[in-house]
Amino acid sequence: MKKYRIGLFIPCYIDLFYPQVGIATLELLEKLGQEVIYPPKQTCCGQPLANSGSEQEAIATYQHFVNNFQGFDYIVTPSGSCAYHVRRHYDILEQTDAVRKVRETTYELCEFLTDILDVDDLKIRFPHKVGIHQSCHGLRGLKLGAPSELMIPSFSKVRRLLEKAEGIELIELDRKDECCGFGGTFAIFEPDVSVKMGKDRISDHERNGAEFITATDTSCLMHMEGIIRRQKKTIQVKHIAEILNTNSL
Amino acid sequence: MTPHAKKAKQFLADEARTDWHNQTLWIVRKKRDALAAAVPEWETLREKASIIKENVLANLDVYLEQFEAAALKNGVTVLWANDAAAFNQIILDIIQKHEAKNIVKSKSMLTEECGLNHFLHHKGIDVVDTDLGERIIQFRGEAPSHIVLPAIHLKKEEIGETFHEKLGTDKGASDPTYLTRAARKHLREKFLAADVALTGVNFAVAETGTVVVCTNEGNADMGVHAAPVQVHCMGIEKIVPRQEDLGVFTRLLARSATGQPVTTYTSHYGTPKPGGAMYIVIVDNGRSKHLGNPKYVNSLKCLRCGACMNTCPVFRRSGGHSYGYVIPGPIGSILAPQRTDARYTDLPFASSLCGSCSNVCPAKINIHEQLYYWRQDLSEKKQTSFIKRFSMKMTGFVLSSNSRYNFAGNMARKALKYLPHKLIYLPINAWGRGRELPAPPKQSFKQWYKNNRKNKPQ
Ligand code: SF4
Repeated sequence: MKKYRIGLFIPCYIDLFYPQVGIATLELLEKLGQEVIYPPKQTCCGQPLANSGSEQEAIATYQHFVNNFQGFDYIVTPSGSCAYHVRRHYDILEQTDAVRKVRETTYELCEFLTDILDVDDLKIRFPHKVGIHQSCHGLRGLKLGAPSELMIPSFSKVRRLLEKAEGIELIELDRKDECCGFGGTFAIFEPDVSVKMGKDRISDHERNGAEFITATDTSCLMHMEGIIRRQKKTIQVKHIAEILNTNSL
Repeated sequence: MTPHAKKAKQFLADEARTDWHNQTLWIVRKKRDALAAAVPEWETLREKASIIKENVLANLDVYLEQFEAAALKNGVTVLWANDAAAFNQIILDIIQKHEAKNIVKSKSMLTEECGLNHFLHHKGIDVVDTDLGERIIQFRGEAPSHIVLPAIHLKKEEIGETFHEKLGTDKGASDPTYLTRAARKHLREKFLAADVALTGVNFAVAETGTVVVCTNEGNADMGVHAAPVQVHCMGIEKIVPRQEDLGVFTRLLARSATGQPVTTYTSHYGTPKPGGAMYIVIVDNGRSKHLGNPKYVNSLKCLRCGACMNTCPVFRRSGGHSYGYVIPGPIGSILAPQRTDARYTDLPFASSLCGSCSNVCPAKINIHEQLYYWRQDLSEKKQTSFIKRFSMKMTGFVLSSNSRYNFAGNMARKALKYLPHKLIYLPINAWGRGRELPAPPKQSFKQWYKNNRKNKPQ
């Protein structure tokens, strides 16, 4: 396997509230022989601002991101949403070589594993029933899989990584890629619809027997976990990096 | 709370009903999936539709003139309206000129947009909406909650109640066949007495000067065939260049809208009937203003199929009336702000930006991206609240510096750890409504990394 120099981007809510997801991502990439560096001055990709309509206020944050992440072969992050934001929405910056390079080489973890490292069998054992929550920006933005609306051949990079796990049972959902209702500031500005969407998503996983809900995005999982805990349900959430890092390789 | 969020909350108060609304529309989405999947070239068709419409919008002046010339040759009277007021006046003039008393109208979102029924009502003229769903909401004095399924927010028992009151059906009767028969009988009388039939237009073919109207109930045809005067109302964007282009659109329209291979009636109107009169009214009402705007011009490709509403996870759970604009749902939320009416500035925010709408759209409108663009434009025009702008400025200030970020992050984690539950979940905390905040970990990733990796040789 080729060895790359990787800049690890850990989104703000993972850094602050879900460090175990960052740790799992780092350990997994290291086990795969990669040189992983966490630029210590990083903050955020700026998405929360931009999605609220404050792209202009986000420019300084975008610049800060580019400054911190230039000079790596790839930038890898355990968040489809952030990777999509850098790739798609940093178009408002002046497209210098550094900006262009950062946009082109920012990858969500799963697509980095399948597309760049070309691995799928990570020698994992995860004997559980798992439901995949297909986070929208990863699915429809980064095209990590075929969304149900499009009449194209079905594929899923996430599934490809998980289905090799020993003992895993990937459950089928009634609505295989409906939004969980997080949507960044949507969760705050439209709390009632947001919570209802999350409840419905969780019910779908429960109804179909999942023990764990996994996703490429901690933000979706944080939202659903918040509802699960409030309603005292037993189903658990686990970021895909945590499952993929259960190996011994 | 934004107006949309407030109305959504009211809609959600009856959770069982929300579930029913959600599931009913989801079934329509699934029917659409099944029918679309049966067309091997589905994605090519969408691409074709998009290209045809983009060409139309880029050359609209030419196509409109071509259309007008062909229609005139067919013996049709073509009238142009710059805005809603001019449109309403034109319709009133036609009605008065023909001394018409009884007006029937098949579905037309354009007439809703212009407030035609309301305008005519004030002039002492009552229009009978002949689409069943539209008639139901007309009886109830409501606005349509969906552009294809205008009464989708109602249950059959409520319709039975309305029909009992308005049409004298048996009290408590809610059998759909029984109610539909009653409506049919009622509408037949209206058709037979009609002096003027108004219709919307799905497609206007530039090369032939004909208009195409698609319905499932045949109500446009009933009106047009019965009344001596027929009036077809269209927005300027309804043009398709050639007759053969229609095949692309009719194959997409019904499959996307309701999961049918084709609408039951696809009627082509070309010339006035012997002794009758045919009018086509072409309306701008703000559309041309966006023709030159690369960010928003593509919203004019819309075929009004409603698929973006059926797939929208927010629409299905907040109901069409929560949007407060004549066209609800994702497409409405990018059309409404074009009206530069401060009432609609919350709509681009009434979305989780999941992108499902853009994927189902048969005209490949990048709806969710336009929602994102509107958010930026509305904030720049300072049309979002001061508090929100202030907090965004502060957030931008914190996130663009490492030390400010670290400080804020530590404060947040400490606050979650030490503040009592009651204080964290004050009513002001919208997150806490229905959700717990994450349990604060012992250390952030940053701190962990410092302790575990920093000093190790790279
Ligand atoms: S925007 Fe697209 S999906 Fe929505 S109504 Fe228009 S054509 Fe249909």
